Amino acid sequence: MTIGGWIIMLLSVSSVTMLMIWCIYKVLTTPGETEHIHGFEQKTPDEDED
Amino acid sequence: MATSSKKKDGWGSSVGVIFAVAGSAVGLANFLRFPGNVAQFGGGAFMLAYFVSLLVIALPVAWAEWTLGRYGGQQGYHSCPGILFSIGKKPIFKYLGLLGVIIPLVIFMYYVYVEAWCLGYAVNFALDNLHFGEIKDSSEFWLNFVGAYQDGSAVGFGVKQVGIYLLIVFALNMMLIYRGISKGIEVFCRYALPTLIVIAIIVLIKVMTLGTPNAAKPMWNIENGLGFMWNPTKVYLEEKLPNGNWTRGDEIIGRKNLDSKEALVAAEPDTYRLKEMTVWDQLRRPKLWLIAASQVFFSLSVGFGIVLTYSSYMKKDDDVVLSSLSAASANEFAEVGLGGLISIPAAYAFLGAAGVMGQTLFGLGFNVLPMVFSVMPLGALFGFLFFFLLFLAGVNAAISTLQPGVAFLEENLNIGRKRSVAIIGTITLMGASFVIWFSKDLKALDSLNFWAADFLIYVIACIQVIIFGWIFGIDKGFNELHRGAAIRIPNIFKYVIKYLCPLFLLTIFALWLLLDVFGLGGTGIDQRILDLTGHGDIPPNPVAWMSVGIIVMLLIFMGLIVASNPRYKKLNY
Repeated sequence: MTIGGWIIMLLSVSSVTMLMIWCIYKVLTTPGETEHIHGFEQKTPDEDED
Repeated sequence: MATSSKKKDGWGSSVGVIFAVAGSAVGLANFLRFPGNVAQFGGGAFMLAYFVSLLVIALPVAWAEWTLGRYGGQQGYHSCPGILFSIGKKPIFKYLGLLGVIIPLVIFMYYVYVEAWCLGYAVNFALDNLHFGEIKDSSEFWLNFVGAYQDGSAVGFGVKQVGIYLLIVFALNMMLIYRGISKGIEVFCRYALPTLIVIAIIVLIKVMTLGTPNAAKPMWNIENGLGFMWNPTKVYLEEKLPNGNWTRGDEIIGRKNLDSKEALVAAEPDTYRLKEMTVWDQLRRPKLWLIAASQVFFSLSVGFGIVLTYSSYMKKDDDVVLSSLSAASANEFAEVGLGGLISIPAAYAFLGAAGVMGQTLFGLGFNVLPMVFSVMPLGALFGFLFFFLLFLAGVNAAISTLQPGVAFLEENLNIGRKRSVAIIGTITLMGASFVIWFSKDLKALDSLNFWAADFLIYVIACIQVIIFGWIFGIDKGFNELHRGAAIRIPNIFKYVIKYLCPLFLLTIFALWLLLDVFGLGGTGIDQRILDLTGHGDIPPNPVAWMSVGIIVMLLIFMGLIVASNPRYKKLNY
């Protein structure tokens, strides 16, 4: 691996890790935020039909 | 109207919510598709293009799509045609929105096949059938398992054939979406996803300590594998042929390797030479950008209708900024931090550069990872756990690809969920049957993947960001985006979303058309185009044509449905 490769790898992996940690931090420290963030886990309105 | 989620009643845990958001992002693409794309293009240049695509294209498109979806949901629409039509206010938008239904539907047709590979490998690891001494044995097993040698050969029901697993997986997916999925996803995100991450970290540590698995090939080692994935500049040895042309050999990685090749060139300068490809040489290839951008879109489930559908169920003051950023960050951690670092270096250590680049898109993980588990203590157990958890992640992701189609039929045919699922199930069963039957060289999978998940994703992502920035209006859009948001996106992104992102997307697309479709510039025409047109003595590939035909027929079928929807007629402005 070249110096350039090490730099790109370490910057890339550390930046995505730091971003994830920062997002978790924001979610946990913003009051009521867990009520307002969503992924695809939501119950869709049609699940209660039929 | 957006529906309030019941998930908080059953959760009682902030961490659970975080895993729920992460669960929407982490899937097979992180551990299988991403390494495959990196293998084909290799190097730091691809990673640079990938991260630029993430920042300049994918995140802006994600924010646009989450916002448009939530806004459209507030208007009462939950499928892409309706949402885009309610915002664009011209009939063309409901037809453009069809892409947001077709693409995830087509992806499901082959995604379920890859899910079946995961389940099959998990079972075979549990039965200790995957202990290989050499990589060629692992490759041979996989090629037979998926039916890559001959069309129809995957349709078998033994333990070492994918057919039975596809039946199980398809039935499971349909049962879950038929009965409602929120509870299942909750369980998966709370338990299986964290376990998958832990197992992946253990596998990563093992891979990083593999060293040189084949003593006869000292250059095939983990450090050189990392170099293959991350080095920005590539160096090749070229050999002069008797006819005077130069032919390119394998990429040279590693100081010792380079020293020996330099010595060879010094000894025989008329026969050998070193060719350096700088990062800028690589970045000049439009297809590299197209694939990098498409990988980010696919991996984040962004730009092709899934996010649009799910965000339409959000309340008007739910946080789309942090939802999308959290999902993206979890996805990137799984993809770059785990998936890429596991598969690519291991693949290089077992296969070398030529072997890595010769892998099919999804095949790399299935060829290489059994070798990793073969040299690990308790390898069979870890292999079972890894592939079983990957299977569960695949189920979780696959179901999300069905929801846009389900919502589309509900909205356009005014039918309930169960009827909609029955129709979608029938359509996708036919598609999945097509994929598993035409398994030779995985041609059906490869063709559908390219046209739906590389080409059309690009098109619909472009459409959505232009709608957001130019039709919905960037100021209105930015305000809508920030409604309920806990963080503020820098204002510079207004200009990125409105100008830079569409310009980027359109430029890459135009260059790809000129260079890879029309063959200008002498770089050769894209293989998928040649599959359709034929070249030289090779006729057009019928499987490739059938794949395109499936997409076109779905467009026509759903276009007719949209055209006759009385609810949309009321929207005619």
